[in-house]
Amino acid sequence: MRQSLRIENLHASVDGHEILKGLTLEVPKGEVHAIMGPNGSGKSTLSKVIAGHEAYTVTEGAVFLDDLNLLDLEIDERSRAGFFLAFQYPHEIPGVSNANFIRAARQARLPKGQEIDAVAFYREMYAKMDELGMDRKFTARSVNEGFSGGEKKRNEILQMMMLEPRYAILDETDSGLDIDALKIVAQGVNAMRSPERGFLVITHYQRLLDYIVPDVVHVLHDGRIIHTGGKELAYELEEKGYDWIINEPVAA
Amino acid sequence: MSMVLSPPEETTIRPAASWSDAPPVYDANTSLPDWYSDLRSAAWARFAALPVPARTNQHWRFADLKHLAIEGRAPTAPVSDLVAAELIARAVSERPADYAAHFVFANNRLIHTETPALPAGVVCVTVGEALASHSELLREHFLKQADFLGGEKFAALHAAATLSGLFVHFPKGAVAEYPVIVHHFVGGEGAAIFPHSLIVAEDHASVTVLDLFESVGGNEETLTVGMADLHAARGGRVQYVAVQDLSAKGARHVHLQHSRVGRDASVKVGFLNLGAEWVRNESINRMVENGADGQIFSANLANESQEFDQRTLQSHEAQHTTSDLFFKNALYDRARTIFSGLIQVLPGSHHTDSYQTCRNLMGSDEAEANSMPGLEIDADQVKCSHGSTSGTISDEEIFYLRARGIPAEDARKMISLGFLNESIDRLDGDGLKAVLFSRVERKFASIG
Repeated sequence: MRQSLRIENLHASVDGHEILKGLTLEVPKGEVHAIMGPNGSGKSTLSKVIAGHEAYTVTEGAVFLDDLNLLDLEIDERSRAGFFLAFQYPHEIPGVSNANFIRAARQARLPKGQEIDAVAFYREMYAKMDELGMDRKFTARSVNEGFSGGEKKRNEILQMMMLEPRYAILDETDSGLDIDALKIVAQGVNAMRSPERGFLVITHYQRLLDYIVPDVVHVLHDGRIIHTGGKELAYELEEKGYDWIINEPVAA
Repeated sequence: MSMVLSPPEETTIRPAASWSDAPPVYDANTSLPDWYSDLRSAAWARFAALPVPARTNQHWRFADLKHLAIEGRAPTAPVSDLVAAELIARAVSERPADYAAHFVFANNRLIHTETPALPAGVVCVTVGEALASHSELLREHFLKQADFLGGEKFAALHAAATLSGLFVHFPKGAVAEYPVIVHHFVGGEGAAIFPHSLIVAEDHASVTVLDLFESVGGNEETLTVGMADLHAARGGRVQYVAVQDLSAKGARHVHLQHSRVGRDASVKVGFLNLGAEWVRNESINRMVENGADGQIFSANLANESQEFDQRTLQSHEAQHTTSDLFFKNALYDRARTIFSGLIQVLPGSHHTDSYQTCRNLMGSDEAEANSMPGLEIDADQVKCSHGSTSGTISDEEIFYLRARGIPAEDARKMISLGFLNESIDRLDGDGLKAVLFSRVERKFASIG
């Protein structure tokens, strides 16, 4: 069994427009890969397609979580199978407390009839919130409602820590964060790096990659990976922009 | 359509509690003060004389008037000792952990009392007992309300028949930390109850009363005509919460509430409607002295063919008064809701600050939510807003929850529950709110 998050020749469209045009990449477990790319290259589409957003239609290809084709699963089944997406724009759920939300997500992973140990759950959540510098009041507050940009992103990382996925995609987790919040979020991600887990970090800026140092950097353009390199590629892109890669002939 | 209440088929053991041409009276061993006997006779005459509300009556717009046919529903015999013991056990298991007092009524009769944490000097007794022990104090406020939002005939019936409920009087400065809990059970085919809650907080006193309306069994044709009359004097605070969780089939529930808020005082009212085939809530809130504040919250979960009809008035009658109304309806199947609310700012009631919001969450294409917000302003420097919205659960919210592994159906329920909880959460008291939250959850669990 190959242990990786594998995207194979993925084609996806929204409203009849093809956005992903044969995207292929593999994140072996234990590694952190980054995807960078100019606006409109398909970065956010990729994360939503893998999570199963219904606005996108997959016309070709597959996404494997180890040996499981995620595209055969319902949205919630994908999450329970060990996939996690940290949203670029997390939604607000009025009237649903953050604690109940995370608890329901954990409960959904238990066999039928088995109940969560509430005391242990809160103890664990409080410890993780402390790591992320989140005030306890965020357990009782409605999910993301009235949260600042930074608080929302921390909350995404908290959910990731509580759900312990095998593979996670972080979709522009750095957008809207000041440097202190960025460091805390990166710290949370780094604490979860392990030989048993793979990350795909989607970002616009090299800055995040100073704190979450990737093993591999991919460049996405026009719905395809057009270049792959080591972590130094991020600095090159920051310095020179994307044109030098976009304009080079695609390797056969 | 006739609204004559006929006597029950059987000859009851307690003729005093049956209907006939004369109004029902208390058990023979209760002696009524003259003022009260007169009041009841007058109310009975008014009930008989008032017309049944017609479709042309604007207060009954959108209402399905078939629910007004209440013939044959009348006070019935007491529940058996065995049933009473079961009801008491049920009521005890459902109450919040901390409470100032707990009263349980079944078919208009008191079956259980506990008063573990009442402050000194307060009166907290049944209306029947108050007639004997605090006749003059009761008389100051009892059944004095004369204005209604279409429910005049029901109000007259209530006044002629009320046999149960509490008189709660908190003298100056008396504060109860925990709520007074009152269960009202109704059971038996054709049974009617007439629970009353008269709550008076004198200067700087503070009290919370939670009324719970429940059926003894299921699917019986029952009628509740309840009334809550709330008074807060200078700096006083009253919170009143009515939880209606009657049998969804057969039960009809009419509840008429008034509040009168004095100087710098506050009255907070909450309605939770889950059961009954038909509900009519009328809520009149008068901010009568400077600095008065009135808040009215409602959470309603309607499914199948339930109809919840709510009419409200926020009346600003002095300066620097505030009010906030926040109603939430979640509708499923062929359920119907009606919200009609008026904010009225009387001449000279300057610096009024008043809000009114009704939100409907439509869980089915066949459900119907009717909203009629209204404003009448006759003063200066007033801030008022009203709004009503109807919508469905957003796909993006569902996606977010599902992306965390929560199955679609559970996600939908969580979001709907959250929608209602937003209103419940405005009430005070964690124990009290927990009772309401768990009731809502229980009903959601029963909606497939």
